[in-house]
Amino acid sequence: MAIDCLVLGAGQEVGKSCMVVSINGKRIMFDCGMHMGYTDSRRYPDFSLISKTGDFDNALTCVIVTHFHLDHIGALPYFTEVCGYKGPIYMTYPTKALAPLMLEDYRKNMDRRGEDEQFTSDHIAECMKKVIPVNLKQTVQVDKDLQIRAYYAGHVIGAAMFYAKVGDAAMVYTGDYNMTPDRHLGAAQIDRLQLDLLITESTYATTIRDSRYGREREFLKAVHNCVAAGGKVLIPTFALGRAQELCILLEDYWERMNLKVPIYFSAGLTIQANMYYKMLINWTSQKIKETYATHNAFDFKNVRNFDRSLINAPGPCVLFATPGMIVGGFSLEVFMQWAPSENNLVTLPGYCVAGTIGHKLMSGKPAKIDLDKDTQINVRCQIHQLSFSPHTDAKGIMDLVKFLSPKHAILVHGEKPKMATLKERIQSELGIQCYCPANNETVTIPSTHYVKADASGTFIRSCLNPNFKFSTCSSTDKSYLDSNKSKAVSRLSVSDDRATEGILVVEKGKKAKVIHQDEFLHRLGEKKHEIQFAYCFPMHMARTEDLSSTSHMLCSFDKCTLISRLSMILSDELSEGNILDLGEELQVESFRVSVCSSDNCPHRLSSSLQNGSESVFFCCHWSVADEKLAWKIISIMKNSTL
Amino acid sequence: MKFTCLSKGGGFHFPPCHMLSVSGFRILLDCPLDLSSLAIFSPVPIALEAHESLDTDSVVRKKQKIEKTLDANDLVFAEPWYKTVKSLHLWDASFIDVILISSPMGMLGLPFLTRTKDFSAKIYVTEAAARIGQLMMEDLVSMHMELRQFYGPEDSAFLQWMRWEGLEVLPSELKKIILGTDCEELGAWMPLYSAVDVKDCMRKVQTLKYAEEACYNGTLVIKAFSSGLEIGTCNWTINGPKRNIAYISSSIFVSTHAMDFNFLGLQGNDLIIFSDFSTLDTTENMENDNTYCDPVTSSNASDDLYNLEEIAASLLKDDESMEEMEKLAFICTCAFDSVRAGGSVLVPIDRLGIVLCLLEQMSLLLESSSLKVPIYIISSVAEELLAFTNIIPEWLCKQRQEKLFSGEPLFAHVKLIKERKIHVFPAVHSVQLLTNWQEPCVVFCPHWSLRLGPVVHLLRYWCSDPNSLLILESGDDANLALLPFKPMAMKVLQCSFLSGISLQKVQPLLKALQPKLLLFPKDLRCKIQISEANTIIHYSENETLCMPSSKESTEIDIATDLASQFHWKTLKQETVTRLDGELFMDQGKHRLLSGFRQADSKQHRPLLHWGSPDLKRLLTELSKMGITGTLKKVMDSAESKNAAGIIDIDDPEKALIDVRETGTVIITADENLASHIFKAMDIVLDGI
Repeated sequence: MAIDCLVLGAGQEVGKSCMVVSINGKRIMFDCGMHMGYTDSRRYPDFSLISKTGDFDNALTCVIVTHFHLDHIGALPYFTEVCGYKGPIYMTYPTKALAPLMLEDYRKNMDRRGEDEQFTSDHIAECMKKVIPVNLKQTVQVDKDLQIRAYYAGHVIGAAMFYAKVGDAAMVYTGDYNMTPDRHLGAAQIDRLQLDLLITESTYATTIRDSRYGREREFLKAVHNCVAAGGKVLIPTFALGRAQELCILLEDYWERMNLKVPIYFSAGLTIQANMYYKMLINWTSQKIKETYATHNAFDFKNVRNFDRSLINAPGPCVLFATPGMIVGGFSLEVFMQWAPSENNLVTLPGYCVAGTIGHKLMSGKPAKIDLDKDTQINVRCQIHQLSFSPHTDAKGIMDLVKFLSPKHAILVHGEKPKMATLKERIQSELGIQCYCPANNETVTIPSTHYVKADASGTFIRSCLNPNFKFSTCSSTDKSYLDSNKSKAVSRLSVSDDRATEGILVVEKGKKAKVIHQDEFLHRLGEKKHEIQFAYCFPMHMARTEDLSSTSHMLCSFDKCTLISRLSMILSDELSEGNILDLGEELQVESFRVSVCSSDNCPHRLSSSLQNGSESVFFCCHWSVADEKLAWKIISIMKNSTL
Repeated sequence: MKFTCLSKGGGFHFPPCHMLSVSGFRILLDCPLDLSSLAIFSPVPIALEAHESLDTDSVVRKKQKIEKTLDANDLVFAEPWYKTVKSLHLWDASFIDVILISSPMGMLGLPFLTRTKDFSAKIYVTEAAARIGQLMMEDLVSMHMELRQFYGPEDSAFLQWMRWEGLEVLPSELKKIILGTDCEELGAWMPLYSAVDVKDCMRKVQTLKYAEEACYNGTLVIKAFSSGLEIGTCNWTINGPKRNIAYISSSIFVSTHAMDFNFLGLQGNDLIIFSDFSTLDTTENMENDNTYCDPVTSSNASDDLYNLEEIAASLLKDDESMEEMEKLAFICTCAFDSVRAGGSVLVPIDRLGIVLCLLEQMSLLLESSSLKVPIYIISSVAEELLAFTNIIPEWLCKQRQEKLFSGEPLFAHVKLIKERKIHVFPAVHSVQLLTNWQEPCVVFCPHWSLRLGPVVHLLRYWCSDPNSLLILESGDDANLALLPFKPMAMKVLQCSFLSGISLQKVQPLLKALQPKLLLFPKDLRCKIQISEANTIIHYSENETLCMPSSKESTEIDIATDLASQFHWKTLKQETVTRLDGELFMDQGKHRLLSGFRQADSKQHRPLLHWGSPDLKRLLTELSKMGITGTLKKVMDSAESKNAAGIIDIDDPEKALIDVRETGTVIITADENLASHIFKAMDIVLDGI
């Protein structure tokens, strides 16, 4: 059995995430995104690779969308309404609620940019009707064999990692995730699962980020300084996600500092988005969630609707304007008005695509920006760039991969050279086979499979009783090698061989059966033949006067003293095994030793007692399982004196 | 597997309670309170008019009037105690491993268990039910505190009314509620838990989403599926290594507010515990009573449906929910008539879904008329509960979810509160209420028992007004509930609501689920005949049923990569191998996976030998290894060739091999030689 992963997008790049995974006869499409950097056919995944005939309903079992960002969902209406996929589509409740807003906003932008419209408003509505919403951790039975489950991913509201299981094979597709909580969302959370494959994003494959609080403070200070001096702050954002996060941050700061400066939201869109956020408060962080009864955190007190007439109104203000990156529309309109004053501030939250004004501002402050042939904007305002991102950093990715310990990992949604570095780390540090395929490549990995057998009650019961063996194994710690002081570290290792007491029996035409070894002999009708080792040998004594050497008839008290003395020697010298002093006998695992008082012990090879009274005989027995241990004990005994 | 029905409950507010024992784990299904028995207590009187204590005079007087009709003075005048499930206290709470809560009502008795000393059970509740249940418990505690303030601190631990002399003088109706029909329920009465107990209880609760897998002890996989009765209510599936169980509590196929009954999720379970007793309470009140006297046979409708889709479609026909909506509409018109006549309306209904729907419909009706009548909601937890209902789209029915997707509030009360058409107050004595108060009005407030909460004061206030209207949920004994407020001029509207699976739908439901074994209430036996399950076992209260497990042996999954490394050995008819790796128990499955042992310790060597060795062959094998020896002593040589004996080895070192019938002892001082001899033995013997 194998799992085939066909990468239709986000292979060694960021954009148009789309992955088709074939797993035990089921075919799942994870994400169906579009590429913002292209305007031609390259902006959508190449769906023809899924099915040449275009019969997607039979080619795919289901489509799963992780969150509402366009690079994860942008191609979905096109795929369902234009390409004609009619099968089930799964996404979380917030994603289903907010995706139409994102898609609609994008569609309008497409219109403006004069590209040929690939889907209409009706297409979006029709597409969303096909979506089956899922809750976190809800185990959805897609069909008889395929099970999927969503886990909290942070990143944006409703973002989820998806677990899929068919038969014995299981995998997780992370989508975008964040391992550290932010202002309004919690950190990604997942169960420890048995996985054959983990497909993870790797946007920040090599970056390690420090705490976000310093940067938040920086942002608040910049905004506060600006409004305190009577300036206007422009924050160009997209409608969902970052706008709410920053707004919570500002709202909180306004309350604490008792500021009265108005905060505006440009279009009705963001206010409407807040309505959704209020109902979806259960999908935010724990702290925000708890506020629902008294004061919903998305009920912004200081936020008002913005009106065009307010652009040139006197006095300070903060304005959230769409779209982000100042690609056009209202945010550009405001920017043109406010940029020429050095009192004002433009804050750019997050990544800006090359070619946008946002990108120009971020890559070094220009004095003038040429909008087109006739328009030129003088930029005298201050520019502040926000650098916290809702993606996990390299440490987060490593932590997740380590936590889940899948048999294989695939990296997507990142930059090629950085992904190669991370891949090396995963392979060398975690010993997990890792791939980073390019677009339109297929990776095939083997999947787990189980054979079934019936187990007898005796075997199961014997497995319920722990049968731990403790041993200290000394190994050289690698970290000390550099300093030329290779230090031997002894570690306690625990082994438990319960399962090895089982015997698997396969009879022709019958189901395989697991039985306990005791049952096995009974079944065969044979008797056990036990092979043991024995050795009776003399051990040196330190002093003679202690013992009555006259008649080797040692009384039991003396035997006990000898055994306890031996026990002390062994516990000093022996690093492994559990030494049990049973009075007249000493036991280490199956190894037993006792004082031998019989002259013609059958376990003696040489019966002559050299030096007469200065030594005493010890008789030892052991079984083959503890062979090594037994010889070690014997050599210790031979080399020491009692 | 063992099953004991502890209580079949009584109606919506007192769900059934069972004890189940699966795979060695004891599972308690629900832990409710019988709040209808609060009716024996007297609500707080208006004035402390001469209510004598139980002195001997009154005892005599009361003894004489036992057979008279009940009046308000007969009620117990004391701080109320609460009646738990009658035989639950006979079980040791510390032996319970798992508690499954199916509804907010099913958790009201939970703090009594969680505060016991050695309580260690894992409690599973759906997230929504846990929140609502917590609010209900907090409300109960705060309403009780109000009463307590009246009665003052308790001085004697053992209450007067619970003493035998106190019980003697009580009228038989009240005695029956206190003692039960078999006079054994006195032990079920408890003083109420505290707010701290509630908090502590909630800390021990593990919340789940619908269809979330919870794995208890690696053995039981427990899942909750929506039951449609209320927000957050659920049915359970319990999957163990030997049995798959589905527990069906009171369920509603198509709900007006909560997520619908997900019966498809219960498919594939071989045992079904049917625990919907709702038809037991409602059939008496139905008009077409006579049709239920004969058992509903399979002849109607369900017989010609064979495939699952058809059955499902017939189950989901929303005729019942239409009926419910009509009921609500009727209630609203009655209320409307009343306020138009200048009377106020008091609605002490504590079913969240009904209240939410009534709020919407009633305000719609009032809006359409020119009447300006305020709606008041008075409860210590109302504000939080109303806010909560608007942030849980995942727990609501399809129509409500659509509201989320179109960006509207899930319930209309958000808007209505903002427009100041609905006013929410924590208590009757809130200052805001006193300044806002306006009559006629519509008031929603707890508690349906009419003994606790704001309803007591308002009912006292309005009971003599013939224009006012009281809307009650019909219960066991409305007469007893209204007793302290008599004589009443106020109109009373009693209504019953759908609270479970209707009899006609039981049959098709079971047909869709196809259980091998069905546990069905004995009390419902005469009402319905079931032919769908292979075996039906009828259960009744306090009777333990034992069911043999369906699978004899346990299945074990062996990873193929591990299995390919086994050293197989062929015997006469079978191939055998010793197992390796580590056995894991996860998700109710035994799995053998390759362990984390180092390669060097993984030398393969048989650990178990059988048969008896051929000594001559042993000598030959030894000499092949360069070890020479002589057969020294042979015992019992006459009997067989595989006789026991001692082999003396002199080269390369001195050694002895003592071979007997049941075992061999190798005696040598040399490690190397010892392992060589062992290898030779291994060849001449069978081993694994």
